[in-house]
Amino acid sequence: MTTRCHAARGLRAMAVCLLLAAAAARPLAAQALHVPYTSFTLPDGLKVIVHEDHSVPIVTVNTWYHVGSSDERPGRTGFAHLFEHLMFMGSEHVPTGDFDRLLEAAGGDNNGSTTEDRTNYFEDGPSNALALMLYLDSDRMGFLLPEITPPKVDLQRGVVQNERRQSYENQPYGLAQENILKRLYPPDHPYNWPVIGSMADLNAASIEDVRQFDRTYYTPSNATLVVAGDVTAAEVRALVRHWFGGVPRGPAVKRAPPPAVSLPADVYATLEDRVQLPRVYDAWHTEKAFAPDDAGLEMLADILAGGKASRLYKRLVYELQIATQVAAFQDGGRIDGKFEIFATARPGHALDELAAVIDGELRALADSGPTVREVERARNGIEAGFLDRMERVGSFGGKADQLNYYDYFVGTPDYFERDLDRYRRVTPADVQRLARDYLVRPHRVVLSVVPAGHTELAATEGASR
Amino acid sequence: MTALRPPRPRALALAAVLATLAPGALAAQRPDRSRPPTLPPPPALRVPAVRTATLPNGLEIAVVEMHKVPVVDVTLMVDAGTVRDPDSLPGLATFTALMLQQGAGSRAALDIADETAFLGASLNTGASYDGAFASLHVPKRRLGPALDLLADVVLRPTFPDSEVARQRDLRRAQILQQQDQPVAMANIAFAAIVFGSSHPYGRPTSGTEASTAALSRDRVVDFYRSYYRPNGARLLVVGDVTLEEARQLVAARWGSWARVDAAPVPEATPPAGAARTIYLVDKPGAAQSVFRIGQVGASRSTPDYFALEVLNTVLGGSFTSRLNQNLRETHGYTYGASSQFAMRRQAGPFVAASSVVTAKTDSALIEFLLELRRIRDDSVPRAELDKAKAYITLGLPGEFETTGGAARQFGDLLLYGLPLDWYASYIPRIDAVTAADVQRVARQYLDPDHFAIVVVGDRSQIQAGLAALHEGPIVDRDMWGRSK
Repeated sequence: MTTRCHAARGLRAMAVCLLLAAAAARPLAAQALHVPYTSFTLPDGLKVIVHEDHSVPIVTVNTWYHVGSSDERPGRTGFAHLFEHLMFMGSEHVPTGDFDRLLEAAGGDNNGSTTEDRTNYFEDGPSNALALMLYLDSDRMGFLLPEITPPKVDLQRGVVQNERRQSYENQPYGLAQENILKRLYPPDHPYNWPVIGSMADLNAASIEDVRQFDRTYYTPSNATLVVAGDVTAAEVRALVRHWFGGVPRGPAVKRAPPPAVSLPADVYATLEDRVQLPRVYDAWHTEKAFAPDDAGLEMLADILAGGKASRLYKRLVYELQIATQVAAFQDGGRIDGKFEIFATARPGHALDELAAVIDGELRALADSGPTVREVERARNGIEAGFLDRMERVGSFGGKADQLNYYDYFVGTPDYFERDLDRYRRVTPADVQRLARDYLVRPHRVVLSVVPAGHTELAATEGASR
Repeated sequence: MTALRPPRPRALALAAVLATLAPGALAAQRPDRSRPPTLPPPPALRVPAVRTATLPNGLEIAVVEMHKVPVVDVTLMVDAGTVRDPDSLPGLATFTALMLQQGAGSRAALDIADETAFLGASLNTGASYDGAFASLHVPKRRLGPALDLLADVVLRPTFPDSEVARQRDLRRAQILQQQDQPVAMANIAFAAIVFGSSHPYGRPTSGTEASTAALSRDRVVDFYRSYYRPNGARLLVVGDVTLEEARQLVAARWGSWARVDAAPVPEATPPAGAARTIYLVDKPGAAQSVFRIGQVGASRSTPDYFALEVLNTVLGGSFTSRLNQNLRETHGYTYGASSQFAMRRQAGPFVAASSVVTAKTDSALIEFLLELRRIRDDSVPRAELDKAKAYITLGLPGEFETTGGAARQFGDLLLYGLPLDWYASYIPRIDAVTAADVQRVARQYLDPDHFAIVVVGDRSQIQAGLAALHEGPIVDRDMWGRSK
């Protein structure tokens, strides 16, 4: 539920996504974690946030539409992301192809991504290109539909289906996540399906769906625009009012509260895949982003599997040498959160062996808690990550994107220091309690991905767990 | 990169534009959407200054001061890349670099991992074709102890037998897992087919199953002693430090590193390209076919560097490039298509790449070849050329925004021994590239009659369609590029 980069537009973007996947587990640093901004709202409801950073002569325009795959209806999974692709296909005054051509001719780059909770877009480039970026973004916010035709929907449907093939179907273990989600969440829960959607639902998407979605969600009052870089707040205000002033206002977005989630029993499942080595996933319900235990759960994940000094890596990969890798993460979205651990077996080892070791380490942490040093080590890494994310204004995960993230999730764009404070407050006793209350005691989904024909390698219920 | 902003002509220009529209009136009037806004002139390129020093033992230090965020990025480059791998032991250079972190000085492998994490640092060691590196990224206030770690790892690795065995076993499992990754398979096969196993660029940098089994402590120690040395090494420091500060920190740790003489890397001759052939690597059940099309390209020192940059940007180096527009935006065969000249110390490959839906494998090859021939046959139109040049030159400032970004730019110059004032003349040299230059290098460096076309996909679904194109014989290969 963090940035998934489902729409690498540029060729560079694919690399960006990989980098981001590593960094996105938690959004921020140490001394002055302050990102000053000014903010104003246009009469049509568009909120604008401006951050000046004059260190490099570049500017970024970062737009968040407060809509994601969790707003999709049954039978149309993947639609929010397909719509994101259509946002680059031209608008009433910008012929197809010109969005990218004009930006590149001005030295700029762009991309977009869709998650369960939101869809974001950015244009990065030299600071003189600001007016062009605002022209393009305002046109697709206010005047998209006249340009969207069935052939364009078909074309991007094909691109997105190839994205699904490239990033999921043709990747080892690529279908694991959707198999976890559908077991962790009930069918009517908005986190039940993956952002990329199913092939069948992508095939069903129609031009009428596009119109409806645009009118409902792609309105100024459902978006926030961040402009950051080597610009002044005054010039940004004038240009934004100029280009966005005439965009029509839309209706307020209404959302029903999501159904409650619970897992009354452990759920075991096995997926056969074209892989050489089996992998076991454990998934639990936890807490949504910024809920009281969210930050502590991230620290717990780091202590369990963040780097080679972590407990699970040390045990599974280093000492016992029965796994090739192990990972853990807390994934807090706006509606709900989950915690996952996965580990890949070495040749000759079955998943029950790995599962038993994982459970032993979880119990040890729940019984005795981590050391003070383990908690400090996790916090130091998280602090360093906050600092690194202060270096860049644009792209995915840059300062502009983070301002939008905080604005949407907590209502305060410059939340950097307070976010870091959440991690600073976590104690060893907290981590011990979280291991016990979220991982050891509750039920979970256990998914085994095994080489085709080798279901005997799967983790089995009751086997020493 | 200082906090004080130098005067910006750009700001004045924009103010002038706003003034002509009259403040206040700008927002009130309906915007003219009939054409994109006219932009003020772009800002001048400001590249952070790089300064250098050389220690008595020959270690070159380069320092780029960037004080916006209190972080420091350090990269030590050593002439110990995979080009130094013995013919019989591919993977030794990358394995030696990996082993640096598995015990050094008085620290055991897990101590290094624990202390690195405790410092909030990232410490990486690895090897590419032309060099090995050890790099560090760390908050400024922890720079000293983090450099102690880096120095231990580079200068005092212990290579314990038990750790060699442990990492060797792990690597064997990872090599097995490469069979799950069609992109990795395509890259390995393409390099092997284009360069052959007697050329260092043709060998798999992570080794093979057999070469990994043959790795031993003695081979690692021997490689380390031969090639990890200060003369020929370069240490780049980017971030919140001054040259003097960096020089002292480095001299205290690397000053007594002893010189070793090593023979220069021998020049390798790539094989003459075979007539165009389709090399099919079977991946039953694959949802897509992974293409790698190309041949031997150019070296980093080529005088054609700038023309090739422009050529590649037009062909496959940007979103609006011909390959991506054709295969993705016109036909929807793929999520993306691209091309690249991998310029190395010696001529690296030119490669055009995409992953396409299985059912359109033959159609995709038609479009690939069409674009690769068209850019040779026809001059690039003016608007397209200008767009590519602007994309390169106006996008350049963004490459220097972060410490990591600046380190990549300057690290490349240091690795290939290029002048550190490279970027002072970069923009005019890109601007000077003409359509005739692009066509000349396209004809010189792209030779469709000798393309190696590697396809990793489901043979039962794609072979007949590919054969029907009559674009060359189809031969079966495994992921190592070997005949089956």
